[in-house]
Amino acid sequence: MSNWETIIGLEIHVQLLTKSKIFSSSSTSYGSSPNKQASYIDLGMPGTLPVLNKSVIKKAVEFGLAIGAKISKKSIFDRKNYFYPDLPKSYQISQLEFPIVEGGTITIVDEENVSKIINVTRAHLEEDAGKSIHSDKNDCTFIDLNRAGTPLLEIVSEPEMCSAFEAVQYMKKIHNIVTFLKISDGNMQEGSFRCDANVSVRKVGDRNLGTRTELKNINSFKFVEKAINYEVKRQIEILEEGGKITQETRLYDENNDVTKSMRSKEEANDYRYFPDPDLLPIEIDEAYILEIKKSLPELPEVKEKYYRSEYDLSDEQISILLSNQDYAKFIDEVIKQSKIEPKKIVNYFISSIYSKINKDNLLLSKNSFTAKDFCLVMDSINVGTLSKNNLKTVIEESWVSKESISIIIDKYSNSNEDSDLIDKLIKDVVNKNKKQVEEYKSGKTKILGFFVGQVLKDSKGSDPSQIKDKIIKELDAI
Amino acid sequence: MDIYKKSIAELSDLLNKKIISSLEMTNYFIKRINSFDRELNSFITVDEENAQKQAINADLLIAEKNNTLLTGIPIAHKDLFSTKDILTTCASKMLENYIPPFDATVVNKLDKLGMVKLGKTNMDEFAMGSSNESSYFGPVKNPWDLSKVPGGSSGGSASAVAARLAPIATGSDTGGSIRQPAAFCGLTGLKPTYGSVSRYGMIAYASSLDQGGPIGRSAEDCRILFDEIKGYDKNDPTSNHKVIQKKSNLKISKDDAKNITIGIPKEYFLKDLDKDISDSIFESIKTFEKIGFNFKDISLSNQNLAIPAYYIIASAEASSNLSRYDGIKFGHRCSEPKNLEDLYLRTRKEGFGTEVKKRIMIGAYALSSGYYDEYYMRALKIRRIIRDNFASALNQVDYIFAPTTPTVAFNIGEKTSDATEMYLSDIYTTPVNLSGLPAASIPIGFSNKLPIGMQIIGNYFSEHNILNIADLFQKETDWHLRIPENFNHE
Repeated sequence: MSNWETIIGLEIHVQLLTKSKIFSSSSTSYGSSPNKQASYIDLGMPGTLPVLNKSVIKKAVEFGLAIGAKISKKSIFDRKNYFYPDLPKSYQISQLEFPIVEGGTITIVDEENVSKIINVTRAHLEEDAGKSIHSDKNDCTFIDLNRAGTPLLEIVSEPEMCSAFEAVQYMKKIHNIVTFLKISDGNMQEGSFRCDANVSVRKVGDRNLGTRTELKNINSFKFVEKAINYEVKRQIEILEEGGKITQETRLYDENNDVTKSMRSKEEANDYRYFPDPDLLPIEIDEAYILEIKKSLPELPEVKEKYYRSEYDLSDEQISILLSNQDYAKFIDEVIKQSKIEPKKIVNYFISSIYSKINKDNLLLSKNSFTAKDFCLVMDSINVGTLSKNNLKTVIEESWVSKESISIIIDKYSNSNEDSDLIDKLIKDVVNKNKKQVEEYKSGKTKILGFFVGQVLKDSKGSDPSQIKDKIIKELDAI
Repeated sequence: MDIYKKSIAELSDLLNKKIISSLEMTNYFIKRINSFDRELNSFITVDEENAQKQAINADLLIAEKNNTLLTGIPIAHKDLFSTKDILTTCASKMLENYIPPFDATVVNKLDKLGMVKLGKTNMDEFAMGSSNESSYFGPVKNPWDLSKVPGGSSGGSASAVAARLAPIATGSDTGGSIRQPAAFCGLTGLKPTYGSVSRYGMIAYASSLDQGGPIGRSAEDCRILFDEIKGYDKNDPTSNHKVIQKKSNLKISKDDAKNITIGIPKEYFLKDLDKDISDSIFESIKTFEKIGFNFKDISLSNQNLAIPAYYIIASAEASSNLSRYDGIKFGHRCSEPKNLEDLYLRTRKEGFGTEVKKRIMIGAYALSSGYYDEYYMRALKIRRIIRDNFASALNQVDYIFAPTTPTVAFNIGEKTSDATEMYLSDIYTTPVNLSGLPAASIPIGFSNKLPIGMQIIGNYFSEHNILNIADLFQKETDWHLRIPENFNHE
């Protein structure tokens, strides 16, 4: 096997996170009943015309800038003509010759942990088709056009990946960028992020690319890896037996872990691409690009390095913070405002806010909770007015309560009554244990644990570190 | 009262003075349609009930003094403008039973003003044709001579207005489909600047060329209708913000004429042109000179390339635009298809007529890999050349006069067997579509009792001035007031 090398190029289809479709005002939300989200435009009714949803331009430009690509000043929509029942106009509006994004790079690490740059050829805007649901039971095919017209960004790489591992790294990197920048929700189960892989093999040292096959519509990292590995093995076996690879489109069958031929090149359509006369070219000026550039947050890649070197965060902590732009933004703001050590802040955040979000499937942006609020909560813990055990409770309540954070903190603070009780307990313990006081005074600070234990016996649930502080104060005063 | 002879302004005056109600006027024209259209076949659908409903509503608006000039005036729409709940066939078997769930922007605008839709007019199938002979619903006759074609593709609209079955009608012009039938039927027709009138709801033939516009008895009537249908439409990204939104007044007066120079392109007066037409144009120029206009001979080269370029571009776009008629969602579907391919093949074989199939094949071929550069790209280059030639001509002169057609109306059946002959009848009109310019055709005389039309071509968004110039001519002449004898009675 080792005298063969693998060449892989990926075409990733990213569903853009927009409220409405790319050329109509129908909703893009997932899961409504069939054809409920198909307007006259989506149905391709005679006389209807596409009207471009401007927000897709912004998302494409954001992606282009994030990967250091060239943003085309003028890009053009083309029609890709072919007949299929779930393609209502019998053509798909896409971009062929003049895509909105050209070039750019993605840096991955290969199996040996060495950095490798993968060049992106282009990224273009297009509309998705509907869905055909074949039913053997009813001996017919159902058509659902809810997905028809959903905006997609197709990201095409150069054939520069040499293994399934690299392909998955590349795909994960892109996934990370588009979700972090909110270009896409990246939901792979719902098909918001899927890929086609072009795979070929050649003898090591060979300069020409081998005949490739295209693996269509794979929607998980795991399946990409498995499909490519299967395909590479299949191609090598054919070549080693003296056979030839047929250029064709293949589908990955996840149940049997094999790829199966779908159609050969001879059966491929002539798509008769031509510029769509119903749509004007997209024109983007320098000022717009600059504006987007300014609004773009620091990219996950840059942040990751910083978090690791400056804050000493663990991989797990970093991956949580970079799973959503909002988390990173929030933490950065808290760190800026607080005197508490960053790693500790992140721990507080993950154990309280993040766990709440994760548990109840919430959005951080939906809470009015500010970085300043979180600082207040942490400060209250630090000075001892709030018990660490109550951190989660305060956060939970902040999600539903309309009260200000200081009122919520007060509610769960060690009340004055409690505080008086503890003061009294400490005095009692100190008075009753003269011998231990002597020991402390002679420098045996370990004895402090004894005092804390005595006080805690009668004040369950109090914060030990707070009690300890108070005891020290009392003893020092003697 | 001879209501059929009246202009829009006169009809509106009768309504305002309550001399006649919109309902009476509507019934009057419906009666004309019922008695005359059996001969002409200019309507595909007449919706009496809906028209009467709209008329009653218009009468209310007039009573409340909430009316405009067009309120209560009947109109006929070419059967490619989508009309909600009213059959819209595009004169094709494919859409024989198609009832749109929404209105075209043009229709919607006129409905809102209280105009009354008499019905939908016959046309060439999917607007592909120059004689109205490709309609699934049979050919339309020319009211001036029933053995002649009315021109196409808006032949039904032209025939109906010429016989005064409707005071005015909408049409669409992709390669001459408003101007050529207007010329053949002795009417005034305006093809607006590409982008002046919304295409939303107009069933597409060739998207980069299609443009809706009025066909009426006079330039003034056309101006009134154009003023109401023009304007940017958010539903049509190719509609243009530059269209003047406010109502226009006649801007060019007799006094302005001396500052205006009109070009006569010599390439339009070569051997292809019928001598009577050429003579009539030079005769009418005398009238224009009397008004005060200046004339200058100019050259517009490469016009002969327009026809091949037009048929490549229009057919290429059509091949894609008409792909949606696949038997899946709407329109004709063949019976008992064996499989998906059989469904596609038979549906389209049965649903489309010969001319449509011919153009789909030409278009698909011109776009296919290996031929794209040779045909489609070359046609686009020619299109740019023609546009540039017009631009430089319109730098030297303010407007251009040209014949609308090389001959007057020809016999039904005369050119159906010879496609090239038929396509050449658009030789003077297609260059204007390729360049996107506005142009009107106005009646300027007769040859063997058949009307002659002349084009006035202007710069982008100069529709009003074009119609003003036509109006000055029509104030001096009565060609536009002639009515075919057999239809010149109540």
